[in-house]
Amino acid sequence: MTIAPTVPPGQSERTDGARSGRLGALLRLRELPVTLALIALVVITTIANPLFLSPQGMKDLLLNATIVMILAVGQALVIITRNVDLSVGSILGLVAFGTGTLFANVPGIPIVVVFVVGMLLGAFLGAINGILVTVAKVPALVITLGTLYIYRGINNSWAGGTQYFAGDRPEAFGSLSVDTVFGFPLITLIAVVVIAIVAIYLNGVRAGRDLYAIGSDPDAALLFGIPVSRRVLLAFLFNGVLAGLAGVLYASRFNSVGATTGTGLELSVVAAAVVGGVAISGGSGSVVGAAIGALLLTTITSALTAVRVDKFWQQAIVGMLILSAVIIDRIASVRTARKLRISEARDV
Amino acid sequence: MLRTIALDSSLGHRARGFETTHRGDEWECLVSITFRYRCILDIDGCSELVLYSTLHGPETIHPQCGGTNIASPSETSTPSGEAPEPRLALRGAVKAFGPVVALAEGTIEILPGEIHALVGENGAGKSTLVKILAGLYHLDAGEFRVDGRPVVFRNVADSKAVGISVIYQEPTLFPDITVGENIFIGRQPKGRLGLISRAAMRSAARRLFDQLGVRIDPDRVAEGLSIADQQIIEIAKAISLDAKILIMDEPTAALSGVEVERLFQVARNLRANGAGILFISHRFDEVFDLCDRITVMRDGRYIATHVTTDVTVDAIVREMVGRDVGALFPKEVAPVGDTVLTVRGLGRAGVFSDISFEVKAGEVVGLAGLVGAGRTEVARAVFGIDPYDRGSVEFLGTRLKPHNPKASTDAGMGFVPEDRRKQGLVMDLSVARNTALTLRDRLARFGIIDVRAERTAAAEWSARLHVKTTSQEYAVSTLSGGNQQKVVLAKWLATDPKFLIVDEPTRGIDVGTKSEVHRLISDLAGRGIAILMISSELPEVLGMADRVLVMHEGRITAELSRAEATPESIMHAATASLERTQ
Repeated sequence: MTIAPTVPPGQSERTDGARSGRLGALLRLRELPVTLALIALVVITTIANPLFLSPQGMKDLLLNATIVMILAVGQALVIITRNVDLSVGSILGLVAFGTGTLFANVPGIPIVVVFVVGMLLGAFLGAINGILVTVAKVPALVITLGTLYIYRGINNSWAGGTQYFAGDRPEAFGSLSVDTVFGFPLITLIAVVVIAIVAIYLNGVRAGRDLYAIGSDPDAALLFGIPVSRRVLLAFLFNGVLAGLAGVLYASRFNSVGATTGTGLELSVVAAAVVGGVAISGGSGSVVGAAIGALLLTTITSALTAVRVDKFWQQAIVGMLILSAVIIDRIASVRTARKLRISEARDV
Repeated sequence: MLRTIALDSSLGHRARGFETTHRGDEWECLVSITFRYRCILDIDGCSELVLYSTLHGPETIHPQCGGTNIASPSETSTPSGEAPEPRLALRGAVKAFGPVVALAEGTIEILPGEIHALVGENGAGKSTLVKILAGLYHLDAGEFRVDGRPVVFRNVADSKAVGISVIYQEPTLFPDITVGENIFIGRQPKGRLGLISRAAMRSAARRLFDQLGVRIDPDRVAEGLSIADQQIIEIAKAISLDAKILIMDEPTAALSGVEVERLFQVARNLRANGAGILFISHRFDEVFDLCDRITVMRDGRYIATHVTTDVTVDAIVREMVGRDVGALFPKEVAPVGDTVLTVRGLGRAGVFSDISFEVKAGEVVGLAGLVGAGRTEVARAVFGIDPYDRGSVEFLGTRLKPHNPKASTDAGMGFVPEDRRKQGLVMDLSVARNTALTLRDRLARFGIIDVRAERTAAAEWSARLHVKTTSQEYAVSTLSGGNQQKVVLAKWLATDPKFLIVDEPTRGIDVGTKSEVHRLISDLAGRGIAILMISSELPEVLGMADRVLVMHEGRITAELSRAEATPESIMHAATASLERTQ
């Protein structure tokens, strides 16, 4: 037997490095289309209406986007595992109303405690979704459609006609979504930190990488010994935590919380994730993309308002964006597949 | 040159009796496929010891190793005479799925430093055994030891934890993930802050590929890789795991000669490191070339284990087949009529090539071969479900349009697929609906199906085929496997076909109903229908077929008359081992 020559580390890197340069890597980024769309949109709208990018305009834009951004990040975690969570709007509603109730009934409660309680409630509701999906082995679409109505029903019977208003909450809590640091609202900064943490988890932690493997091929993941159920459960639980956080922030941002808070949000959230390059079939995409997707959708609504486009058209345009995101994705993957096949044929 | 370098076990590796090379005072010892020691020796022993690891790069162990840890090289000492403890030992393993016993007595023993072949017909229980070793199935009964310690696997992770690594026939990569990460998923190298280091992962993957002599970009996603490249990545994965026990379930099916040789080199290297390797293959030349011992299984049972040098291909084949193939499935002799189907030079790139045969009225032609030989693919192309690149299919004197199943059905062909649950039946529809599915056009008036006519036609056919159901309106899913198969047959017979393809007609059907299905097929032939029967069960082929075509790797390797067809002749053609025995 001969011993294979030990390759000095780094030598082969250079030969391949030239092929996949930085530019190539940038062009392959799934977040690229959505980012370009966002930039183009902001530039065009600002030309049409210079007030759009004023400090106040920016602040409004970011405030509106923040909550959907956090929800989209959580949703991305779930979608990457080839699942979906439609109950996030209802979770947000329950937590937002719970936040209002806490402040109204426990005077002087520290704001931090409210955040923790809200996120724990979200974690609990998310874990229920996760357990049902992994134990019952029913598609998440159906399970979370069910919990969407159940959580909303609980919210309805709990709240009844009660609504809590901003006046019921301490001023410091409300100012979270008024105060700015360098022009950025505080709650937006909270969102950015959250996105960064989740992004690092998904990119740099083994359990986070497992989520991609599971979404890419669940059967192979089982064969490979990845604890699929545990990871999927965890993704739903994290998503619940983030929906809980969004619920608390919602109570800070908006004047009133009641029985219908957050109704219909889930569809915007899934749309944001898909537009941001998270493949609905699982396995690819990033939370940063999902967050940018949320920002893009919010910006479109604001931009169309700024250039005075009818509300009906706003929704139709969002719809077209979703379709183009899916189509761009499909075209890109078909092209890559063809390119890879050709390069392989040349090797032979 | 074989030398012994005794390294202290605290280094994590025992390097005894492995081949070493040296240049001057510099010695190199391959400890395992991922670890290599290089040391500079002088009279007192080792003055510098460097550990090269595929995963982590070079790492200098010296100066701690000076002194007592490292002894100077001495002449080879032979291992002690006692029999070594098996790496893996499975005895009397039983695994049943409901009433179906997949493994009645699974026994296998893999020694350290051994490549052990497992051979058997389709359905002999090899796959079940592999899945038990991989931790995918739980044992119902039996003794299972790894390195002498009894083990119970709850899941795949448990199996991996004791050092078992499996390469499956179908690569199981994650398409959306990069090649590098596919190799290291779940154990990606960590860099600063405990986060995954992509650079370390990339260079580790490159080192593995260099070692295997292949060029695959570790940064590309696995999607779109050829099966061979995917298999190489699986091999790289297995190497990097530094497996104690490597199980290869028909790994060579998709590989070319060079790649197979590379794989064998890897297997031999692992063997040299004391790993135990289980090699499952239908290619006897590979088995005899590579393996030290051979275990034969048949019908879910352990038959025998032989040392490769003491046994011949013929003996192995006899043991694999070794049952009485008597009058279990008699086909009645029917007058053979005109040629119904003529296939000439049919080929599809990478799937099958040069397929030519005829089927005559009243004749049952068996299509035998191993799983993956391309039998179903040929049948699907003939029927028009899949396209073909070259050749022609002539049916009743006219050339059939390729890739057009509707035209084939209209012309009088029928196809009873292998997977009746997925392809043959609509499980949630009623028995009547399923039976009348192929009659829709005939039963329809102005595009609307006459429900009463549908029911009548269905009832008639169910009665003829003795489908046992309390009501024609029950969903097909409530029937037993055998009765479901009869519904599929009824569905096609209702179209009054001239030619019928039946793919594995009795798979998963209990013995009683099996003979009923066989009687049915025999009846059909008797009525002048030409039948092409794909079957992996030798007794079925031998009992039913007037003529047997045998396929191996996309080609027809033999055409045997009823008199010529024996278990041995079919197995030889199916494994293409004729050259070896003649």
